[in-house]
Amino acid sequence: MSLLLLTFLLSFIWALITGTFTLLNLLLGAVIGVAAMYLLRSSLPKPKAPSQIRRILSLLLLFLYELMLSAIRVARIVLDPQLKKNLRPAIVAVPLDVKRDAEIMLLANMITLTPGTLSLDVSEDKKTLFVHVLTLDSKEAVVADIKNGFEAKIREIYEDDLGN
Amino acid sequence: MMDLAQYLAAALILLGAGFALVSAMGVLRLPDLYTRMHAASKAGSVGAGFILIAVAIVSFDLAVTLRAFAGIFFLLLTTPVASHLLARASYQSGYRPAESTVMNDLDAEFQTHS
Repeated sequence: MSLLLLTFLLSFIWALITGTFTLLNLLLGAVIGVAAMYLLRSSLPKPKAPSQIRRILSLLLLFLYELMLSAIRVARIVLDPQLKKNLRPAIVAVPLDVKRDAEIMLLANMITLTPGTLSLDVSEDKKTLFVHVLTLDSKEAVVADIKNGFEAKIREIYEDDLGN
Repeated sequence: MMDLAQYLAAALILLGAGFALVSAMGVLRLPDLYTRMHAASKAGSVGAGFILIAVAIVSFDLAVTLRAFAGIFFLLLTTPVASHLLARASYQSGYRPAESTVMNDLDAEFQTHS
């Protein structure tokens, strides 16, 4: 069932990118989609439950909101005539609770696009994420922000996976 | 209706261009690569995003609108990866953060590995 949905989605994206919504083109997209899924069959994620989709949407909304805030904040910092004095750049180690590569990737990407933070590196044991902060208030505030915001949401999404 | 959409699109294009300008100014004014990536990755992607939304509104063509949104999606997907890689590569090749950096947790880690 979810593979059927995925095929539709892929053929729709194909039509989107090629820009022609004809039946033939959608069919071609479906064929390519099935071929791609066949090649990637071992790494396809398990089907998502509806409650998970709602959580993914809520994460997406939080992300767009934070992105907007982030752009405004960076703009204000850049336009501040006293730039050099107010800037307090720092590299902060954030301990990671999420374990899987996919979760760490999602978290690192979201951190990069949110207020004043940029992910720099992950330690080799995947337990620490190094984040560059533009204006540091305190290390604790930065860590708490990430842990209670995105990391909590990402863990909610993946929790169900573990239960199955 | 058509007029309203056009005014809205014009406003979005101005806003997007403004963010793009600020991000360019940030690259000029900030002290080192790490702080510059903040300006380039955030204000830059939001600026381009606004302009693509304006295109989506003003085109009145489903194919163009959908592709504009696909563009935004891929932009948001690729920008953080690119800026993260640039920052990481510079750190590993030994580019030091600016003097004004107040704290560096990575320094200890970096020295034990190299």
